[in-house]
Amino acid sequence: QGKFTLLRDTRTDGSFLVHHFLSFYLRAGCKVCFVALLQSFSHYNIIAQKLGVSLTAAKERGQLVFLEGLKSCLDLWFGEQEEQSVQPSPLQFISKSTSDLKALFDFVQVSLTPASSDSWKGPVLLVDDLSVLLSLGATPVAVLDFIHYCRVVVCSQLKGNIVVLVHSNEDSEDEENELVVNSLCHHSDLILWVEGLATGFCKDIHGQIKITRRVSLELTGEQDVVQIYQYKIQDKNVTFFARGLSAAVL
Amino acid sequence: LVFTEEDKYGVYSSLLFKYFLAEGVVCGHDLFVASAKEHPDSILKELPAPLLDEQRNELGEEATAVKSEDFQDSMKIAWRYQNLPKMEASPTTSTKFGHYYDLSKTMSPELFQPIKWHSFYLPEELSLQPTVKTRSMNSAYGRLLLSIQRIISQEGFDGSDPQKKQKNILRIGIQSLGSLLWGDDICCSDTPEDIHSLTKFLYVLRGLLRKSLSACVITIPAHLIENKAIMERVTNLSDTVVGLESFIGSERETNPLYKDYHGLVHVRQIPQLNSLICDVSDMKDLAFRLKRKLFTIERLHLPPDLSDTVSRTSKQELAGSAKLLSSGCGAMAIGKKHLDF
Repeated sequence: QGKFTLLRDTRTDGSFLVHHFLSFYLRAGCKVCFVALLQSFSHYNIIAQKLGVSLTAAKERGQLVFLEGLKSCLDLWFGEQEEQSVQPSPLQFISKSTSDLKALFDFVQVSLTPASSDSWKGPVLLVDDLSVLLSLGATPVAVLDFIHYCRVVVCSQLKGNIVVLVHSNEDSEDEENELVVNSLCHHSDLILWVEGLATGFCKDIHGQIKITRRVSLELTGEQDVVQIYQYKIQDKNVTFFARGLSAAVL
Repeated sequence: LVFTEEDKYGVYSSLLFKYFLAEGVVCGHDLFVASAKEHPDSILKELPAPLLDEQRNELGEEATAVKSEDFQDSMKIAWRYQNLPKMEASPTTSTKFGHYYDLSKTMSPELFQPIKWHSFYLPEELSLQPTVKTRSMNSAYGRLLLSIQRIISQEGFDGSDPQKKQKNILRIGIQSLGSLLWGDDICCSDTPEDIHSLTKFLYVLRGLLRKSLSACVITIPAHLIENKAIMERVTNLSDTVVGLESFIGSERETNPLYKDYHGLVHVRQIPQLNSLICDVSDMKDLAFRLKRKLFTIERLHLPPDLSDTVSRTSKQELAGSAKLLSSGCGAMAIGKKHLDF
């Protein structure tokens, strides 16, 4: 409850974690607001079906609010006739000169504030992926502000959870991105860092995941707990194992 | 969305670009060609002619002859990152996916007739319509987007016209995006005026591609872009990224290790659509070469070291030059005479 989880990937694709969290929270009966900036709805839907959850059904019963970034951007870009439409686009920062993400935040707030008829368990905000916002013209400060506002509403007020995916690279030259990622790391309760293996490509081990539980934030004098596992992605499943114990080695 | 990093002189990337368009012609797809550098008409006139089946079989035999030699000579060769027990120089010629093209001939106009193609040539567009309002993006990119979107909705590629029975695919080719000719200064300055133009363009293009039956290949002169952050963002926004590094003019050209090849192919990213896993192929180090008629991409392998009487000094030269090459090529010096050290 009220936790902020950061998914971070380096040199590999961490989106399998996003799919996992999406189906996990939907199965648990939470109300989910999914800001999907990078892929289309059908992509997530097809994978979610393999994991046993139907996104279309969830959308119909109101459990899932799906913001398809690509479609929304197209409507914004080419829909010149609807200047005064009823609902301003959540992504309006792309075309307007204001670089704050307030419209996006309003969208999130409206979708996750429980109506009187809702019977879902806690709200969840899922973002895939935050680094795209920087590519589209938002300043790092605006992105951090957005996350901060979301935390206040979702985590503190509504006692929900937030899961955010970012890309990062150790020797990245994208300073704005690194700024956002480092700042988010300091504020997260749980960090799942997915990395490609440092030794290069391997068929049986797709990468390594480092789980950091930020116990130190609770100010009880304990250190963060760090666990490292390696993983292999299959069509419907991901298997995790301790380092050095992959099936290829044993 | 496939994007190709151009090699230094643009020679080989324009070849790949033409291959993509030629494949479209042969498969009967519609084409959309955009360029700021060359007029699309001239690009289309230079498409390579497709190889007919008999010619292809001839080439296939050539390739298999070479392959069996390779098998006998080289069983273990140490190269950049790992030892491999067995190697196939080029993917098996028995799979018939796509077509082969003959680079010495250009495509005949009759083949081209039934194809509907659209073009976008920036200098022409600028003279036709001098002012077009595009918000918060480089105006050339904005025009290109409008043009693509117009074609997609007019020709029904986005499924908006339910009466259209026969669905076709639109192949979009955009040449040299991001270069100075498109009005974007990311290639010449470290702090460009509008750093987000290119990435916004790609995002909107990605949206258009996802919504319609189209595929797009873009070539970008990545070596000219000084701000590497942009390249990282562009990579994240694309589905497939392939880099071409040609040996022309670099020290690798004279390196005997690379003498059979004209350049390297770096596959930096592959698409992961509609599934959790991606199809990571076994071949990681690829090189390309321009044979007389074909442009082939093969696994990088060293020519077998056939001479037993190679003298010490030349071996050391080889080792020395291998060390000069960047990033881990040192393994090659150990490689060929693998018992040597």
